Amino acid sequence: MKLLKNITIAGLVVAICGAMTLQSCNGGGSAATNDSTKTEDNTILGAGSSFDNPLFSKMFAEYNKTTGLKVNYQSVGSGAGILQLTNKTVDFGASDAPMNAKQDSATNGTAVLHIPVTAGAVVLTYNLADVKDTLKITPNVLAEIFLGTIKKWNDAKIAADNKGVKLPNIEIVVVHRSDGSGTSNIFTTYLSKVSKDWETKVGKGSAVNWPAGQGGKGNEGVAGIVKQTPGAIGYVELAYAVQNNMAFAKMQNKAGNFIVPSVATTSASANVQLPADSKISLTNTDAADGYPISGFSWVLIYKEQKYGDRSIDKATKMLKLLQWVIHDGQQYSSALNYAPLPDAAVKVADDILKSATYDGKPVLQ
Amino acid sequence: METTVNNPGATRRDKLRVTSSLQTPDKVNVRRLRRSYRQIRTENAFRKTLIIMALAIFVLVVGIMITLIVQSIPSMKLLGVKYLWGKVWDPVQDIYGAYPFLLGTLLTSFLALIISVPFSFAVAIVLGEYYPRGWFSNLLKNVVELIAAIPSVIYGFWGLFVLVPIVRNFELKIGVQPMGVGIFTSSVILSIMVIPYAASMGREMIRMVPSPLKEGAYSLGATRWEVIRSIIMPYTKSGLFAGVLLSLGRALGETMAVTMVIGNTSLIPKNIFSPGNTMASVIANEFTEAASPVYLSALIELGLVLFLVTVVINMIGKRIIKRFTNE
Repeated sequence: MKLLKNITIAGLVVAICGAMTLQSCNGGGSAATNDSTKTEDNTILGAGSSFDNPLFSKMFAEYNKTTGLKVNYQSVGSGAGILQLTNKTVDFGASDAPMNAKQDSATNGTAVLHIPVTAGAVVLTYNLADVKDTLKITPNVLAEIFLGTIKKWNDAKIAADNKGVKLPNIEIVVVHRSDGSGTSNIFTTYLSKVSKDWETKVGKGSAVNWPAGQGGKGNEGVAGIVKQTPGAIGYVELAYAVQNNMAFAKMQNKAGNFIVPSVATTSASANVQLPADSKISLTNTDAADGYPISGFSWVLIYKEQKYGDRSIDKATKMLKLLQWVIHDGQQYSSALNYAPLPDAAVKVADDILKSATYDGKPVLQ
Repeated sequence: METTVNNPGATRRDKLRVTSSLQTPDKVNVRRLRRSYRQIRTENAFRKTLIIMALAIFVLVVGIMITLIVQSIPSMKLLGVKYLWGKVWDPVQDIYGAYPFLLGTLLTSFLALIISVPFSFAVAIVLGEYYPRGWFSNLLKNVVELIAAIPSVIYGFWGLFVLVPIVRNFELKIGVQPMGVGIFTSSVILSIMVIPYAASMGREMIRMVPSPLKEGAYSLGATRWEVIRSIIMPYTKSGLFAGVLLSLGRALGETMAVTMVIGNTSLIPKNIFSPGNTMASVIANEFTEAASPVYLSALIELGLVLFLVTVVINMIGKRIIKRFTNE
């Protein structure tokens, strides 16, 4: 019996130690990864946005053909990508939203560069079997629908923008994303910009406290519920909606035009004066022919590339890769329903890439 | 324990004394002794391996618990006990309350149990009493076991594309908002998923009822229904309840199938047809994009709450089983 007791105590001690080791993994994990990257210097590790994943797969495969450089991209979600960059377990992160103040503070003041690589749009899809025309939606109506204040499809406010369309007298079923996502972030950022009510009651983020409706997991979850529920309205990525032939609404942009979402109108929305750090939301921009619910997707890297035991060779390889992505790589965007960067954005991105340094000296000329 | 022959320490000492007392041991004896030493050593090693492996499980569970507690400290510090009954889950403003999800988890699980218990008991009685063997019994048994083998994401898909429209039509008829997804739909899916646990356990228990008891009852003129009601059910009730407890454990933790049909909203459900959310599905949904440290910690704390809920329910269940058996 005594033996058993001793072993039990020993077991408890081991358990506690084990838990502590798990704890320290968060901080200490980087060392192990650095070791593994050292042995395979021809591999770049990336992690983040699942939105970028199909495009990155295509781009990195093409780049591999010409240069032999392997890029291992894990599509774990923007937030997780930023976390992995913060822990220095990857060479670059990718995110559909710029890093917020909290995430910035987690890097201990090390500057992180945001390089726009592509742009995406969020479209509104609905299920109204008897409505054949494309619905037109104004920003205020959209906000009120998602706040739950407009409850029926034949509401006077919706009818006002859709003269001649016979709207049914059924309840609106709001569908949003249940998982945290960059798509939700673009969508709620847009709503916060156009509606004071939304900004104060809900706010923006990749996951928010939705005041109405139900959630579906992923684009396919939202699309599945919308397709099955008469009277449903939800938002999905443009690429997903196009690939699945879903009906989507025309949105009124800042200039007052109703815009059909497409790769071209998304690119158009990015055709505005960009700040030097490119950290701008493309929602509700001034572009007259731009679709208003759009957003950049960024690759995130440390400005100072000498950290841990990174070699200058690795840093150069990665920066060259990113330079290729914003120039030659853009030709693969449209076919996959991603919006290519407009020239102005490419120029800004180029300048940002050139500001990256190794040991204080710029890497790219 | 010290006096038993099984105790290897004592045995070895005895043997040693035997050898030392025998000044001239013949070869056969030496060989036999060596063999028994070896046997003792293997026995010991075997026993130790078993203990270590069994304890590894214990270490693992305690380790998980400690990890959960340590990781949820940031959220505990910020929100305190209020976390448990806070009604708002707002990642934008860092306000987290687990109440809607706690409610959702308990509602779906217990509702699922209420729906599934009649079915699983029926299966158990049919297989245990009416058709203990034969092709029909084999078929039914295998089908029920297959229910447990189907991956939960398949239940989710089936739920989304088959069950949801049916529930929506039903909701139209009874006049609630026809969403289709919600607490009720997930309970139905869950109830199907948990049937095998209670059914298999119940079947084994019913087959273990001693035949003299049943035969006695029959000889006294009892009908089949009377035998089931007054002999089999009382004799097996602790086993049947243990099966139900297993089902409940499964229902509490089920994630994928529930996530796909529950509607995933942080609002508190108004009735059983409203959309809601469970703790497990919130974690699955929001973990990847939980960007701020407090958000992540709040999700881990949700895991801790789920862990504790399971432990508490299990403990209550054990109590009830014990009371049943003591009677």
